[in-house]
Formats: sequence, structure tokens, C-alpha cells
Amino acid sequence: MNDTPTYLPESGDWSCAACGEKLAPASVAVTYLQGGFTITLMTCQKCGLSLVPEHLAVGKMFEVEQLLEDK
Amino acid sequence: MDQQGLRDIEYRCIQEEQPACQAACPLHVDVRKFMGQVRSGDFSGARKTLDRTLPLPTVLGRVCDHPCQAHCVRAPIDAALVMGSLERAVLSATGPAAKPLSMPGKGKRAAVMGGDVSALTTAWDLGKKGYAVDVYFPGDAPGGHLRELSPDTLPPAALAAEIEIMGRMNVTFRPGQTLDAALLDRLRADYDGVYVEAVSAPALGLSKADADALTLALADREGVYCGGFAAPGEPLSVISLAGDGRRAAVSLDRHLAGVSVTASREREGACPTRLFTNTTGVIPLPAVVPADAAAGFSPDEAKAEAARCLDCQCLECVKACTYLARYKGYPRVYARQIYNNLSIVQGARSYNQMINSCTLCGQCEELCPSGFSMPDLILSARRDMVSRGKMPLWAHEFVLEDMAFSLSDAFRLMRAAPGETTCSQLFFPGCQLGGDPAASVPAVYAHLRAGLPGGVGLGLACCGAPAFWAGRQDLAEAAMAAFHADWEALGKPRVIAACSSCQATFARMAPDIPVVSLWRVLLDEAGLPTSSEALPDGPVAIHDACTGRHDAAGLAAVREILAKLGIAVEELPASGKLASCCGFGGLQANAHPELAAATIARRVAESPRDFVATCSMCRDRLAGAGKRTFHLLDLLFPSKAADPARPDPGFSYRHEARVRLKRAVLETVWNDPLPPETPPAVRLVIPEAVRAVLETRHVLDSDLARVIAYAEATGRKFTDATTGRHLAGLAGARVTYWALYEMLDGVAHIHAGYSHRMNVTGVDRQEG
Repeated sequence: MNDTPTYLPESGDWSCAACGEKLAPASVAVTYLQGGFTITLMTCQKCGLSLVPEHLAVGKMFEVEQLLEDK
Repeated sequence: MDQQGLRDIEYRCIQEEQPACQAACPLHVDVRKFMGQVRSGDFSGARKTLDRTLPLPTVLGRVCDHPCQAHCVRAPIDAALVMGSLERAVLSATGPAAKPLSMPGKGKRAAVMGGDVSALTTAWDLGKKGYAVDVYFPGDAPGGHLRELSPDTLPPAALAAEIEIMGRMNVTFRPGQTLDAALLDRLRADYDGVYVEAVSAPALGLSKADADALTLALADREGVYCGGFAAPGEPLSVISLAGDGRRAAVSLDRHLAGVSVTASREREGACPTRLFTNTTGVIPLPAVVPADAAAGFSPDEAKAEAARCLDCQCLECVKACTYLARYKGYPRVYARQIYNNLSIVQGARSYNQMINSCTLCGQCEELCPSGFSMPDLILSARRDMVSRGKMPLWAHEFVLEDMAFSLSDAFRLMRAAPGETTCSQLFFPGCQLGGDPAASVPAVYAHLRAGLPGGVGLGLACCGAPAFWAGRQDLAEAAMAAFHADWEALGKPRVIAACSSCQATFARMAPDIPVVSLWRVLLDEAGLPTSSEALPDGPVAIHDACTGRHDAAGLAAVREILAKLGIAVEELPASGKLASCCGFGGLQANAHPELAAATIARRVAESPRDFVATCSMCRDRLAGAGKRTFHLLDLLFPSKAADPARPDPGFSYRHEARVRLKRAVLETVWNDPLPPETPPAVRLVIPEAVRAVLETRHVLDSDLARVIAYAEATGRKFTDATTGRHLAGLAGARVTYWALYEMLDGVAHIHAGYSHRMNVTGVDRQEG
């Protein structure tokens, strides 16, 4: 496990439709303008497809996007 | 904007100008603040306000001849505030004289010749600043003509107390002097600077003409300053004498410190002010008369009198504008904040949202007594940000994409009438009216073609106003250049604009293109259509479009049309030239949706009547805020769809409506053979509650359809075993969209949609 911020879906039992695999937390790189972070998202262990939950996109991500754009 | 440019802009805003009373006072006592303190019963605060400015405050506060009163803005309405009496009331209610804070000794010495008010003022001010001051005066006690006043006006103990305090401020009184030329020569030799009070030293024969008006310096006698002249035949004015004393003290302080004696002194002494105070609606109130005239105001009487103070401010623009009020300042403050924001090299630009939230509507400029224009300031700031790559995407990106859509083949069409290659008129409904699914653009076009000679063409496009508002002059010019080329090819027709923003944009960006409002043309040339539909009885309130505030002919035409339709009109308080924006102008709704909602809510609250709007965007925003609003075309070309309660169609429907409009006119007007409509990649069902959220998030149906089509074709999606719902994301050029949906019989039922601009590894990216 790692100690990066973790953002999981608020509900549901999610799997990757293409691979049929259950999702597991994995480190994912997030970049925007001059900013770069590592966060933990539920990810298909087989194909690497990552799930960005709604609360992350409209919450923290939106906030950080605005901060970076205003720099 | 450089420092000088900033100062020029700041000067335009008069809010920080002194109120008339303070400007008229030679010492600039903060009368407005004093009145506020007395009104609230804070007498000790009011006393501090006097102490801060007045020399010998317990003396001057009692004997001042209050020139402020003659300038009081209330004077022409009912009666001036009686500052003199209020000062006495405050002095009576507060303690005895107190020694002001003095600065540490400066090691320089000044002499004062004279013992009247100006001499005492100079000595007071210089003593406070840390100079050793010797006061040479005739007779045995200082005070000059103050000593001749009745004890009721000035109790002798009050003067004695202030003189005693001056002794503790390093001021030494030297009585029994003969104030003549010999003494002056000696003082010049012995001291670093000298003040001569003319009224106390008649033997010197000095007149006002001998002293420099700005500094009171005597010619050919360096370091000697002279004031306190008696005007022949006029009583001595205590406050004028004090004003001279203060002016001389400033000169001496600068002289003794070795700095410029003349720089930046324009605002000393009684001066004019540019502050505007709107007295409309002020209810006349008689001045409070003390029950006991000899005793003066009781504390309660003083409070009641001070409560008549109008607290003179300008704030004309701020009072009318939700945006200007939101940031708690006024244009002068905003100009500096914007300048500072633009100057930041590294770090957060905390005023970006303020810069991008102005509607650029120009109401402030109309209201401002000195013509301050927020739009000029804001637009130059936005352009500056764009030119340096510092404009945040969040501010305008979505609207600029909407504009690009309206300029794409999906909507854009520029044609002469069927069978013609040129036209003398070109009907230009604009992108918002073109995006209203209920709008009667085809009917209006048919009506114009039937009623106008010389051939009427149709132009469907965006005029480029959103780019102009966004500070994207490059995109605005490109849009206008493309229009201009087509306009020339069509034989340079006159443009008939249904939208005042388009009309203003043509006038600003392409002054060679003749443009007229649709309303004027319908009224004067094509004639109003006849309809058997029942029209509302009225009265209705007209919401004028802010971008049309200067089109007097267009504004008049709207009213004439309603009169001809027999619909009574009630004018809103802010109409015509003073029209308020709906919150879309300047892209406020995009940069600050919450503020834009407050802007439109304020407008809606101005009248309980149904509104009539002449701009489609205004109508949609008013309807979105719950106000029944007709577009003027709804009344001229009525249809069932044109219900005043119909909601704001939203971004997705507007796109769809534009595509449909183009297709409809191509099919029905030009009879163009068109390929069958391409079925959507995925059919969507979106519940209203979900759609409302998608609107605020700027997620379009087409964005969701693209994601779902990709996910369904590739299987690249997640599935929730508990609900059977799918979640798929797809990154585009700048934005990644996500759709939460269920597939039922080949139709995607949407449960949620959202987006982000951050790039996330592990999310699929659209090719190309």
C-alpha cells in the first residue's frame, strides 16, 4: 500500500467490464498545467483502467484545477 | 496599465473624495465620522476624532466658526447639521484637555512671533512633532483675541489648560515682547525657523501679498513663514487662523527636515471636492433645537441632530450593481486590486474571479458622476491576462466552445434569398435566438422577405461577442473577419439584428457594416405582423438588454411596438440607458454562476409583472430564475411553444435547436436536398433533475453520448454488480467526461455526468 490520498467510489461493487476483473486501489499519476500529483484510485489490475469518482472530480479536483489555473 | 495609468483610472472614481463639510474645513476635521459617532452615542470616539485634527481641541471645538455648515449637503434640503453646537456638546460630555502623543525630540528649534490662534496652532503642531518651540507674544498671557470672548463661549480655564499642556509639549511662552523687525532679525539668527503671525505683529506691516499662498514663505527671508492676516472690516475667523497656523507648521516641519516645502500640498486648507451625494428621496427633517438654548444640546439632542447627517458617499454604481457590491469595495479600490493582481509574477492571483465576474454592461458608467467605466478597466485586465497566458480556463472556456459551435458548419449559414446571389438586407437573429427551440426565426425571416424590397438574406452565426467579453480579441476579430468576407460577397447588405449584443458588436468591430435593430425595421419598414392569437392584457415590464442601452431608436421601437399591440407597459426602475444586465453579459454566468444568480434574482424582484425581453439570453435567464418572460417575438409571432413560462432550454437543447433551425431553413426556404439526419451515436434519456446538474457542470448531451458510444463499442467501462449501472470516462482535447448510465433496450439512461480537466493516467483518451 502507499500513503497517497485515496479516492474510492462512494458506493457500488465495481469491476472492469472488459476484463471482468475486480478493481483494486492503485497509484495513479495526475497532472495539470505545472502541477503533478500521485493519488490512489480503484483500478483494473489487468488493463490499468482507473475510476475517477464523481465526488473527486467535482470536489477536490475542481478546486485544485482552479488553484493551478490562477497561479 | 502602469502606475500613472492606474492613478489616472483611480482619479476617475470619486468615492474617496472628502465630503463637502470636511473639504470646507481648513483643518479637514472628519465631520462625517464625527457625526456617525455622535449618532451612535459614542461621544468619547467623537472627541477622539476632534482631538486627532484640532489643535487645542477643547478651545477650538468651542469657538470654531464652522464654515462646514455652509457647505452641508442637507442645507438646501432642510437645514445644515449644526456642527459647532455638536462639537460643544461633545466637549461638555467628555473630559478635560489631554496631552496628545508627541514625537521624540528632533533637536531643532523654532520660534513663533504672536500669541493668537494661528501662532498657537503652529506651536502646537511643531511641539507635537518634537521640535522645541518658543512663543514670543505681547502682553502677559497668550491667546490674543480668544481672551476677549465671553466666558460662556470659552471658559478661561479651558484655554489655560491647553496652554499648560503645550508647556508639557516642549513649547515655551515668552510674554511681554515687542513684535518688531529687530525681534524678527534676532529670531532668524537664533532659531532654525520662524513663524510670524501678522495679526499679532502689526509693526512689521506684513500683508497677505508678502507670503507665498501655498507655503506662507516670506520672500527673501528663508525659513520665515507668515500667516494669520486680518481681513479689513471682517471679523477674525478662528478656523481660518488655525488653518494658516497649520499650513505654516507643515512648511516649517519640511523646512527643518530639509525636504521639499512645496510638493503635494494641493489638498491643504479648505478645498473643493468632487464627491457626489445623491439626495433623491431624502426626507426633510428640521434641525434639532436644544430645549435649553444656553446649555446647548443634551446628549440625546446631540444624537438626534447627528442622526440627520446623510453620511455623504457616492457609491452610485455600487448601489445599483450586484457585482460591484459583492466585493465590498468601489471602483477605485478595484482598480488597485486589479493592478496588483496583474503584477503578480508568482503566486495565486486571488482577484481572477473578480476580474472575470463583471458583466461589462456599462451601467456603472451611466450612473457615475465622473464617468468611471468598469468595462474599460475589466476588459483591459482580461486582455492583459490573455496576452500573458494567465487567463484561467475556468473563466471562459465553455462559452468559447459554445461560440465555436455557433461558428461551425453545424449552425453557420450566410445566404441571399433563394435564387439570388446578393441581397440588400441580411436578417441576423444571433446565436441565442437561433438556439431558442420556441423562437420564430423562420416566421420572422418570411415576414421580412415579404415586407422588404431588394432581397433579404439570412445569416446564422455568432457575432463574436463572447470572445470580446473574454478578452479574446483574436477570436472576436476572426469571427468578424469571416462575417465581413461573407457580407461583402452578399453585396454589403444592411444587417437587421435581432440581438442588441450582435448590433453593438457590429458597430464596434465593423463600423462599415450598416446595422439596424429588428424592432426598428418591423415598426418602420416591414410592418408588424397581424395575428389572431390573444395577447396578454398587461401591464408588462420591459427588461431592456444592457448591450442596447445606447440604441435609443431601438429602445423606443420596443415601446412603440408594445403600444401598437395594445399591451400596457410599466417601466422597471433600471431601464433604457440604465438597464441592468441579466448576468450573462461579460460572461458573468460562466465565471461566477452564483453571483449571476444573485444578479438576475435582483432584477426579477424589481416587479411582480410578467417581463418582456428583447434578447433571447435575457429571456432564458429570467425564465430560469422563475420569472414569466415573453420574448418580444413571442408577442409578434405567437405560437403555442412560445409560452412565457417555458424554461431556459439549457446548453444542450440550444445546440440542438441551432442545428434544427439551419436544417429547417435549408429544407423549407432553399429546398436544398439534405442527407437524412444522422441518428445520434447513442440515444439518451436524462431525467430533469440530472439535466439540471449537468447544466451547472457544463456537461452537454453530446459529451455523454460520445463517452457512452466509445464505452459500448470497446467495452472499456466499469460495471457495478449491485445496480448494474456502468461508469465510463473518456478524455478529450482538454476535458475528460464521465457518464454513469444504464443501457435499457439500446437507450442510455443517464444517472450522472461530470468532468475534470486534470489528466489522469489510467483513463482512456480519445484518438485524434
